[in-house]
Amino acid sequence: MVNTNKPSVKLKVSNLSINYGEASALRDVNLDVYENEIFGIIGPANSGKTSFLKTINRMDIFTPGMKVVGDIIFNGTSLDQWRNVYALRSRIGVVFPLPVGLPLTIYENVALAPRLAGVKNRTELDIIVERCLTRAALWDEVKDRLDSLGSMLSGGQQQRLTIARALSQEPDLLMLDEFSIAVDPVTTMRIEDVLKELKHEMTIILVTNLVQQAYRLADRTAFFLMGDCVEMGNTEDLFSGNVQDERTRDYIEGRFG
Amino acid sequence: MSNERILKTTRQGKPGQGAGDRNLDWYIDKAVQVLVLIAGISAIVFIIGIFTFITKEGISFIFESSYRISAYTIGTLEEKEFPEELLEELEILEGETYVDAAELIIAMEETIGKEATDQYKGLIIEHSVHEPFKVMDFFFSTRWKPTSEWKPTYGAFALIIGTASVTGLAMIVAIPFSLGAAIYIGEFATGKTREALKVLVEMLAAIPSVVWGFIGLSIMNPLIIKAFDVPIGLNVLNAGVILGLMAAPIMATIAEDALKAVPDRYREAAEAMGATRWQVIFKVVLPAAKKGLLAAILLGLGRGFGETMAVLMATGHAINLPTSIFDSVRALTATIAAELGETAVGSDHYRALFTLGIFLFVVTFVINLTADLVVRGVKKG
Ligand SMILES: Nc1ncnc2c1ncn2[C@@H]1O[C@H](COP(=O)(O)OP(=O)(O)O)[C@@H](O)[C@H]1O
Ligand SMILES: [Mg+2]
Repeated sequence: MVNTNKPSVKLKVSNLSINYGEASALRDVNLDVYENEIFGIIGPANSGKTSFLKTINRMDIFTPGMKVVGDIIFNGTSLDQWRNVYALRSRIGVVFPLPVGLPLTIYENVALAPRLAGVKNRTELDIIVERCLTRAALWDEVKDRLDSLGSMLSGGQQQRLTIARALSQEPDLLMLDEFSIAVDPVTTMRIEDVLKELKHEMTIILVTNLVQQAYRLADRTAFFLMGDCVEMGNTEDLFSGNVQDERTRDYIEGRFG
Repeated sequence: MSNERILKTTRQGKPGQGAGDRNLDWYIDKAVQVLVLIAGISAIVFIIGIFTFITKEGISFIFESSYRISAYTIGTLEEKEFPEELLEELEILEGETYVDAAELIIAMEETIGKEATDQYKGLIIEHSVHEPFKVMDFFFSTRWKPTSEWKPTYGAFALIIGTASVTGLAMIVAIPFSLGAAIYIGEFATGKTREALKVLVEMLAAIPSVVWGFIGLSIMNPLIIKAFDVPIGLNVLNAGVILGLMAAPIMATIAEDALKAVPDRYREAAEAMGATRWQVIFKVVLPAAKKGLLAAILLGLGRGFGETMAVLMATGHAINLPTSIFDSVRALTATIAAELGETAVGSDHYRALFTLGIFLFVVTFVINLTADLVVRGVKKG
């Protein structure tokens, strides 16, 4: 299914730099993310991975002191020209490192985004909730207790709930930030399988602290190090030692980070 | 300070003692435990003591019937052609209260003699004031006339309605104000503005109630008279607004704490979905904080219900069933405060005021208990 001809660009990032006050978090990043691919970002802590994701759905505007320069083009339109930042965010699903089951019922967690988008019809919502939970591989576990609190689920279940919630936005782009940090290995594998399915319908940016996870899932991978995008290429190439920068090989082989 | 020094010396000094030896730390720990225990127990003892006292003074009014020769008795006996010289003697007993008929008879024997007592006791007792406490009257009669020479009555209905109407209006005023302030401070204000506002709200919460009463008397009163063209500005509206403003700061402080307890990751997650600030607040933050917010409202309610000075000054202190917010009323608390000092200990009036006290105590207790249960989440919302 992967597009073998000229792939279309979903997200184009040019000359992106991020500062927190005086401190630089990311410098001059240029990269393209293609439609229907899983784009992996690896790198040690504090490399600027999370900051990068924040700028894409414009969460930077609520972070005091965060300054972004450069151009990001999403769906062919520069972010500066997105007149309604809320509409932009609703096109982009985000999964955070620690699962965030909102203090609502399981049902309402998933129904929230459609409700915000104006869906009121109960049957319609029922359908959305079931579909999203099924696709996030959680439906069977929770279908009998949709009215209990989402925050009462286990960590792994909450993370799948978060994914179901992100899917309920029907996003073009799904961004996951180290989703497996608080999730058991079995659930991690289940979510990875889910992502492999989802990529046929949307574009996925997968920030991960697990190098092997990028290897398993990503079509292409970027390596962020201390605020620089050191390397970017086909995952196959990176992991077979075909790299531009020695530090990439060292990191992938586990020599630091 | 000195504790710190002692702790340090014991930690560093004299090593190598047996593992089971008790050192100074151990004794300090034990001593603190005992102190805290004493403080805790004495608090409980105090509360039980207060409750027992109020109950003891008031409960006899509820459960014992009392017999009393009142002006009403004398007047009625006069009409019944009761011998005049006996009547004069009997007047000595006027106002005295006896727990049962036997005691009244003994008192009669001492004043008008055994013979006259045997002859007239039936008539006297029949016309003495000896109503047992009537729950229905207490709760549903509007006649609070404890000092009536003729026939005192103790109907607290108007007082209960007075308190309820003022507290109700106060909540209508205070809930939007306090929640609005809490949302602004907690969700929108940042940095210095936020800190300044918090200090300001805490200062407002510390204004003594007599000052609020003064504001009611001297600012609100003429304002209401002018604005609404009513003869008197001391009424439900005045007291309700004053009480609402008074309760709002403390409610805002507690509500803001409740909002602050909602983790930021909830807000972030909702924002990332494309929710606007208001949607985040209404769909996520407020539902998540609802227990704390409810507790804030209930504590404000308890505060309003038990408030005395401000309502005494701003309600007009007139016994009245209000038909509009421009009617003067009288509150339970204000009644106790104004009347208790002028009653004889143990008299019906005195005991009736304590009965009001029991009622207040029970209601406040229920409100606070509910707030507590809400906070603990025993009650599922
Ligand atoms: N809100 C913030 N304020 C100030 N500095 C921040 C903030 N968030 C991140 N940083 C800094 O930016 C750098 C990159 O952080 P981050 O994007 O979280 O990296 P990563 O996700 O790769 O661990 C770090 O040095 C971090 O300390
Ligand atoms: Mg991060």
